Amino acid sequence: MTEKSPVKIAIRGLRKAFGVKVVLDGLDLDIAEGESVVVIGGSGTGKSVLLKCILGLLRPDRGSIRVDGEEMVGASSARREEVNRKFGMLFQGAALFDSLTVWENVAFGLMAGKGMDRARAREIALSKLVQVGLGGDVAAMHPAELSGGMQKRVALARAIATDPEIVFFDEPTTGLDPIMADVINTLIIETTRDVGATALSITHDMASARKIAHRIAMLHQGKIIWAGPVADITRSGDERVDQFIHGRADGPIQMAVRA
Amino acid sequence: MRALQLIGSVVLGFLESTGRLVLFAVAAIGHCFRPPIYWRSLGRQLVDIGYYSLPVVGLTAIFTGMVLALQSYTGFSRFSAESAIATVVVVSITRELGPVLAGLMVAGRIGASMAAEIGTMRVTEQLDALTTLSTNPMKYLVAPRLIAGFVMLPLLVLVADIIGVFGGYLVAVYKLGFNPSTYIQNTWEAFRFADLSSGLVKASAFGFIITLMGCYHGYTSRGGAQGVGAATTNAVVSASILILCFDYILTEMFFAR
Repeated sequence: MTEKSPVKIAIRGLRKAFGVKVVLDGLDLDIAEGESVVVIGGSGTGKSVLLKCILGLLRPDRGSIRVDGEEMVGASSARREEVNRKFGMLFQGAALFDSLTVWENVAFGLMAGKGMDRARAREIALSKLVQVGLGGDVAAMHPAELSGGMQKRVALARAIATDPEIVFFDEPTTGLDPIMADVINTLIIETTRDVGATALSITHDMASARKIAHRIAMLHQGKIIWAGPVADITRSGDERVDQFIHGRADGPIQMAVRA
Repeated sequence: MRALQLIGSVVLGFLESTGRLVLFAVAAIGHCFRPPIYWRSLGRQLVDIGYYSLPVVGLTAIFTGMVLALQSYTGFSRFSAESAIATVVVVSITRELGPVLAGLMVAGRIGASMAAEIGTMRVTEQLDALTTLSTNPMKYLVAPRLIAGFVMLPLLVLVADIIGVFGGYLVAVYKLGFNPSTYIQNTWEAFRFADLSSGLVKASAFGFIITLMGCYHGYTSRGGAQGVGAATTNAVVSASILILCFDYILTEMFFAR
């Protein structure tokens, strides 16, 4: 967004390999406070690995991840848990707890994470559900009874229930029809950009990226090959970015079709 | 050379997985003693392991006691030592069959469901979701299960012991025509508190083994439905084998002097 906002998340030289397969190879990325950054890239380029490294679900091999200036690589698990309170995360498959009801899912971070009492947490959960367009009738249902789009909304309500400073979105629109995808995009904007939260999304859906991002960064072969304001993406001057945003099979990025 | 290499890799693989299991167990036990404790999920596990295992364990126990009386009658009647039946039933149930059979049945019921549940949570990213909600999955999922297994198995075995001895009584009195009061008196004379308590200590160990195996294999499962299936099988098989193995070790510790 603006150059003046302080950096919320700073990633330097991040490297992560699984066996001999190097997924992230010296990745650098800055995310300013209140900014919405979307990382685009093909399937299997390590977008999810990047998110999981920031969240501490995966341990990077090398490099540095700073959240509000605090180094997270190698931090103690107690510190980690503390910093994770600033985060909210919308998982690709929603990842709702199927043994709990919808409102218990949304209220989970408030009750288990913050130790809030059930009645109060339920109130907040219901208001968050309203915020994502779900009424009180859904609250007592179990996640398995909901459609995919509704599960995504519940997962979004859960991600923002604790009013996190930073929200992560893992492929928020994958598997949804175009209309529902746009509904989710709008909700993402309302619940993050509009309240000043920082957002980091990964997606390969260009329509979604254009809509929710201030800034787009493209991940390819373990590095960010291009990053810039969303308006500049069509004149990046990088053939690989052009190929990706126009969705062409021919170009510098060769998918291993026959390998 | 090839053979040596193969032996080496098998041994290393075994040591590696044992080490991983021990680290998991140590971390899990640590979480059992450090707050916060999730009372709600502990309560749910106590009911699930204790109360809902009662039918399975009870049925196993009553038929075991009945068959024990019948089998020892065919053996002992040749030596006209029918009074020994009460002794055989009460000693073998309290020392061995109560804890081991209850343990194996609960391993099938609870170990499998824990591995499947936690394994599914792993592959659907629910464990990751817990972490992002500032909740340690070890503390929220594993610790309550371990505590519940450790506490509930002795209680289940106590019930199994009573039902098993009662099963022996039923067969002895109603089928073999023994005098009820003599049989009960023989049972009381043969009963020793040390036998019972050794069986209950075993039960606690088995409860820990069952829940640990269920949680460990679920927690470390990989690769979708197939991985969850494998985790379930591994949980039951490894728990059953460890139960029999530790049964021997504990018996050796209690009675071999």
